Amino acid sequence: MEGTFILVITIFVLAMFLGFEVITKVPPTLHTPLMSGSNAISGIAIIGALIGAGAEQTSLASILGIVAVTLATVNVVGGFLVTDRMLKMFVSKRKG
Amino acid sequence: MFESISAYAYLVASALFILGLKRLGSPRTAPQGNVMAAGGMLIAIVATLFHQDIVRYEGIIAGILLGSIIGAATAYRVQMTAMPQMVAIFNGLGGAASALVAASELTRLNMAGANPDAFITVPIALGCLIGAVTLTGSLIAFAKLQEIISGSPILFPLQNGLNLLIAVGVLGLSVLLVMDPSDPRLLWSIVGLAAFLGILLVIPIGGADMPVVISLLNSYSGLAACATGFVIQNQVLIISGSLVGASGLILTQIMCRAMNRSLANVLFGGFGATAANTAIATSASGGIAKSGTPDDAAAIFDAARSVIIVPGYGLAVAQAQHAVRDLGDMLEARGIEVTYAIHPVAGRMPGHMNVLLAEADVPYEKLVEMERINSSFPRTDVALVIGANDVTNPDARENPGSPIYGMPILEVDKAKTVMVIKRSMSPGFAGIENPLFTMPQTIMLFGDGKSMVESLISAVKEL
Repeated sequence: MEGTFILVITIFVLAMFLGFEVITKVPPTLHTPLMSGSNAISGIAIIGALIGAGAEQTSLASILGIVAVTLATVNVVGGFLVTDRMLKMFVSKRKG
Repeated sequence: MFESISAYAYLVASALFILGLKRLGSPRTAPQGNVMAAGGMLIAIVATLFHQDIVRYEGIIAGILLGSIIGAATAYRVQMTAMPQMVAIFNGLGGAASALVAASELTRLNMAGANPDAFITVPIALGCLIGAVTLTGSLIAFAKLQEIISGSPILFPLQNGLNLLIAVGVLGLSVLLVMDPSDPRLLWSIVGLAAFLGILLVIPIGGADMPVVISLLNSYSGLAACATGFVIQNQVLIISGSLVGASGLILTQIMCRAMNRSLANVLFGGFGATAANTAIATSASGGIAKSGTPDDAAAIFDAARSVIIVPGYGLAVAQAQHAVRDLGDMLEARGIEVTYAIHPVAGRMPGHMNVLLAEADVPYEKLVEMERINSSFPRTDVALVIGANDVTNPDARENPGSPIYGMPILEVDKAKTVMVIKRSMSPGFAGIENPLFTMPQTIMLFGDGKSMVESLISAVKEL
């Protein structure tokens, strides 16, 4: 168990560093899309929700899972779509 | 077999998230970056659907369908001015989902009779705690931004003491949960108490500080996903949760720096409540503002070589973005150099003003950040301030007694002429008096942002 923990915490620390490096390069003009896009990414909790929601018998665990799937889907679908909508505005529609 | 295929799929998904965020580094590549991140999410979801523990799909299909409809409808309908509210509510949903997954996993482990150790139960407690705080905190932020509840800080005696007490209580319950994971009452007490704490932590924060709060809650939603990743020991959750956590923290830091405030001061300072009193005190000693007509303004534009437009949130409220773009185009057609000065907290969330102007088709190359444009003001003929107030307040630079002293501002007062479009002399969102309005080179153009800009357009046309 501790072996797995060391592995995952290593990934966590390295991903934090990576996150700081990547995100600092995003210009202020794109901070709102960055926020809504990264918000959509945080809907990744849906992965854990799916496993709980698909359990064989209906139980408290599976009901919580289904609610979590719904909320996370709103977050993921809404987040990516609205980011797309915003980013397209930055590509100028005016000619020349 | 499944284990290894899904693990590879998660690796691909993680890589796509990182590449997607990297492509957000430029407006040109950003749309593609967002598609890559969305693709990564799709791969991760599809790979998970083949998990051996998933045997029933009715609930999953219902949840995904319902969630997709709500998400898509919101995304297509939301006004760009309401983007902060939408991000706030989505942050909250992400946090809630993470907390629910952690709670669901503990319930499942207990049903299976497993006795989870601290490597699992500590993240469960953290996931529930951060997730619940994110949910209720975001709901309060949403209500304040939507003006369902007042934007001014709600303060009561011993507030920080009560918060501290609750925080200690939640941590104490978490320790008990780790010692005895089989008692569901502990889990739900943590969720309930943390949800209460989320409310208490956001109500004392003023409306003007919402950009910081949204950024911070964004970070929390990532960290909650991260904690859940530790619970189900899934790398893709940990990697993407950390990316979002880091992103939110960076934005929080940028917002705090733009207001010259420490995070602690934003969170616990009750800023805005004290500021309102100071405003009353100084307004009595204020000078007389000079009011002008659109024709006066047009005559000044006629002689100008360079104009810097300084948009604030008031511009968005008046829906004047398109009119401002038209005015800018018209001035440019007369050979005047037009740029837009963007303060980091010009909108209600980081980068908000840029999105609002992009919606009106203002090319992003014309939007200049505060640090780069401040040196241009002394060489500028006209600074046109529309719906911005505190971010142009010279007191922030000169008056140590001002509540916003030290906050970096757009130095519009250094321009040869300053025009301010404003409804009235009333102080702004933070309730602070602005001496810019009574300076000798300032002309106040009183009126609604949109109709005043339209009057300016017709006055310039008649030149």
